[in-house]
Amino acid sequence: MLILECPCCGVKGEETEFHGGGEAHIKRFGPGSSEEEFHDYLFAKENPRGVHFERWRHVNGCGKWFHVARCTQTLEVFGSYSAQTTEPPQEIRDKITAKRPGWRWREFA
Amino acid sequence: MRRYSAFAVAREAARYHEGWARAWRSPEPKQKYDVIIVGAGGHGLATAFYLGKNFGITNVTILEKGWLGGGNTGRNTTIIRSNYLQDPSAAIYEKSRSLYETMSQDLNYNVMYSPRGVLMLAQTEHEVRGYKRTAHANALQGVETAFVSPERVKELVPIISLEGPRYPVLGGLWQARAGTGRHDAVAWGYARACSDMGMDIIQQCEVTGIRKDGGKVVGVDTTKGAIDCDKLGVVVAGHSGVLAEKAGFRLPIESVALQALVSEPIKPCMDIVVMANTVHGYMSQSDKGEMVIGGGADGYNNYTQRGSFHHIEETVRALVETFPMISRLKMLRQWGGIVDMTGDRSPILSKTPVENVFFNCGWGTGGFKATPGSGWGFAELVAKGHSPLCEAFGLNRFREGRFVDESVAAGVAH
Repeated sequence: MLILECPCCGVKGEETEFHGGGEAHIKRFGPGSSEEEFHDYLFAKENPRGVHFERWRHVNGCGKWFHVARCTQTLEVFGSYSAQTTEPPQEIRDKITAKRPGWRWREFA
Repeated sequence: MRRYSAFAVAREAARYHEGWARAWRSPEPKQKYDVIIVGAGGHGLATAFYLGKNFGITNVTILEKGWLGGGNTGRNTTIIRSNYLQDPSAAIYEKSRSLYETMSQDLNYNVMYSPRGVLMLAQTEHEVRGYKRTAHANALQGVETAFVSPERVKELVPIISLEGPRYPVLGGLWQARAGTGRHDAVAWGYARACSDMGMDIIQQCEVTGIRKDGGKVVGVDTTKGAIDCDKLGVVVAGHSGVLAEKAGFRLPIESVALQALVSEPIKPCMDIVVMANTVHGYMSQSDKGEMVIGGGADGYNNYTQRGSFHHIEETVRALVETFPMISRLKMLRQWGGIVDMTGDRSPILSKTPVENVFFNCGWGTGGFKATPGSGWGFAELVAKGHSPLCEAFGLNRFREGRFVDESVAAGVAH
């Protein structure tokens, strides 16, 4: 069972309290971008077996969006953090490095 | 290969069954093959089989990380049907269904294809309209389906409760020629036929890298050493994204766990497959008497092969409402498989940015039924570079906005 902690209201709950929102830190490409960029923005997914950064919403709680760093292979949660950021905080990255040396995810780490 | 027959059974019975040979060889890999197929599940083996049978390409190896048919081939609920709305889907699934009809004879291996009929319940007005539309589309596509009344539903499934508390049954989409098959036997039958054509099936051999030379594939690195090839076909379902990364590109795919469960065996009580898409559960009875139940996929990316408990709860709750008599059944086993979901819930059978690398993936929650058709089309794609069955399922459809939108057509994963 997946247990997450909402960084907005501090409540810890199991997965039925939350709703997954897919990959995090996707950079938006709109009008004026190349077809390649627009295609990748819409469709190309990281979908890693391992460290993954993703969006969640605390639907049956405070209703706010937040980000989670999680391992897709073991469901281990490395930490959750505010959605008001364009990249994972250093503290979370350090935690991941301690547990998964050599991890990679896009340009972070 | 010695043929399996009633005579063979009698012959072996007379000599303590000592003459049965292994169904397929387990050789060491050669240095080079014309085609390497990654993934010895149903789709991979079917691809290899039709490469040999339809195109005479037999210098082929099939590499498997685990054991043969141990992925989603052995984890599905064995349903075979072709009642799809979109023309390209109906074409490939109907080809597949028709190949299942003669598969036991073609492979000389009993795959226990049972055309018992599949009924998809319509439990909302929206679904009634949707399934009527699908039935009309199927008539134009040459796929035999019909929209049936609640009375007919009750005749087909006496154990059903039409007046469900939440969702009464308003009708159903009935495909009489659909049914179930023995999933392991499909993989084993193809494996035996491939091995007989001289193809090498190499288990416990993980692909660790894809070697390229000037944008063109030249071979793969594996845990059993490097192997060269002219063409590479990747048929690895949930792990397609991992292999694509090794080839150097990304796929429009997200992997999630989908689970199924079976009950204790009971006396025969339901001789067709029933799917209830509004409440998200489907059920059939296996030859052993177990009720085989499938439900929804997880809501977040994962590779855990187990799935979330609350999905089972929701599925079983919905099925108990529809079939009150199963409320006291004990569940025996539960398991999960990793399914590769595309945005439009249709598969990808395509060339890729790397020359001579082909991907067959994205079957999502409905791959088993497509096994022979997928192999048939993908073999043609690998051999000739184009295939009418696969044409609509190219990777370029995402760039060009030509979705085969079964996610809208079905309303759910299918």
